[in-house]
Amino acid sequence: MLVSLNRHLLTGLRIIHSGIVNFLRNFSLAIAAIAVMVITLTIVLFSIITNAAFGNTIAQITSQVDVSVYLKDSDTTAQTNTLLSQLKSLSNVKSVQYLDKALVLKQYEAQNASNQQLLNAISQTSNPLPATILIKPYDLNKISDIKTFLSKPNIANLQSNLPSYSGEREVAINRITHATNILREIGVVAVIAFTIVCALIIFNTIQMTIFNRRDEIQIMRLLGASKTFIRGPFIVESIIYGIVAAVLSVAIINAAFAAASNALQASSLGLLDIGYANSYFDNYFLKLLSIQLLIGVLIGVSSSYIATRRYLKFKVR
Amino acid sequence: MILLDRVTKTYGKARNIALDRITLHVEPSEFVIVVGQSGAGKTTLLRLLTREERPSSGKIIVGGIDYDKLKDHNIPLLRRKIGVVFQDFKLLPNRNVFENIAFALEIVGVSSKEIKHTVPKVLEIVNLKGKEKRMPIELSGGERQRVAIARAIVRQPRILIADEPTGNLDPKHAWDVIKVLEKINRYGTTVLLTTHNQEIVNKLKRRVVTISNGKIIGDRANAGYKEENGS
Repeated sequence: MLVSLNRHLLTGLRIIHSGIVNFLRNFSLAIAAIAVMVITLTIVLFSIITNAAFGNTIAQITSQVDVSVYLKDSDTTAQTNTLLSQLKSLSNVKSVQYLDKALVLKQYEAQNASNQQLLNAISQTSNPLPATILIKPYDLNKISDIKTFLSKPNIANLQSNLPSYSGEREVAINRITHATNILREIGVVAVIAFTIVCALIIFNTIQMTIFNRRDEIQIMRLLGASKTFIRGPFIVESIIYGIVAAVLSVAIINAAFAAASNALQASSLGLLDIGYANSYFDNYFLKLLSIQLLIGVLIGVSSSYIATRRYLKFKVR
Repeated sequence: MILLDRVTKTYGKARNIALDRITLHVEPSEFVIVVGQSGAGKTTLLRLLTREERPSSGKIIVGGIDYDKLKDHNIPLLRRKIGVVFQDFKLLPNRNVFENIAFALEIVGVSSKEIKHTVPKVLEIVNLKGKEKRMPIELSGGERQRVAIARAIVRQPRILIADEPTGNLDPKHAWDVIKVLEKINRYGTTVLLTTHNQEIVNKLKRRVVTISNGKIIGDRANAGYKEENGS
């Protein structure tokens, strides 16, 4: 038992050793495979980061969208509190903020500080502005839940005016929702498409590398080497490709973002918020590196496994 | 040690006959030379023994292994028991002399310590001491063939198959290789050698099996090729 375990360990170590040695000795062949992997992994990483940056832009836009509910002056504190807690219990409500009449007036004055005449006119009357509840939704797509709730007769009764989303803002909200959904879908599809294309290109490159060494595989077979013993070093070699390529792709993206924020002196390029992309890259550095390593190693292992398979069939004519 | 019973091998749909009902029995520790012209079936015979090919009919038993009962995934185990020397050497191009020989031992899980102990001894047998670090490309043909022999014998197989090992060598180097094979045979290994070099056949004075057009047309102990042909 122990002997066979030791033997397996020894075989494993030998496979890793010859994988590393092969990598060093076939370096010129490895460069092609690694180069393809670096390019593709860089594209994947770039897609992941831009997708996150778009997501962030979308979140920011979403957070600026709210629903304003205008209360009647006649509403009692008890009625208001009940309404607040009812709103909070809705699943799509992220936050509820109550602004009393005085606060609303203050905000209105602040917004119109430059318009002295308007301020004078307002100060002549008793505060005409209604107390307001600001609702922030989690998901813009499901805002109709809130809408339905607010239009219930007993709730509508408490309101001095229709909620503000029903005005021109509803159109804006719908547009933003639509646009962000499309952007997200494009992002996800792009990442998946790039990964598949990468896998195919890398697979072909590794297959060519192995094709160049098919005689070696044939010799090993004639000497009685087991499949694992022949295939193992090739897989180890591809794992090294994957690791090297992943590290290089992270380094390239790092340099690219640093250069972009320096050279452009701008925090964003259209919808792509470079500042956020940079901080996302810094904050999730380890996670991104692991994703890259995982993708690189997975593609390397699977393609070398499949590519060696055709030369390893012990099919006897 | 090697037993072929009415072994026939045909190729393709046209059923071109490469070997025709070959029956051959080789005793342990015997040194057998298989002669015949190119295309006579020598290489096919050896490929059947290393299980690179399967006979169309007939029975093969080598070292107690019945090939009819040998599963494809156990072929590596069979090949580890037979040492094979190829005409084109088949050395691993990316490994040096030491590593090429060590590879045969690594396959079967021999410890590194034992490898370091065994390989130099084998290199001594084939007169390649001091060339451990050379890559195959840096060696002469004769040296490469001796590396191939060292690799074939390092696992101390009971059977050594050598397919025209002198085919690509000049007479001096050819004779070096043959001397190594004789040495190994003296240690008790059964040797099956194919060649079409008359001089070697004559000098060796061993059992000679002659194949022509896929058939055994002569089998004589301690024979020379010329005597075989009666000339």
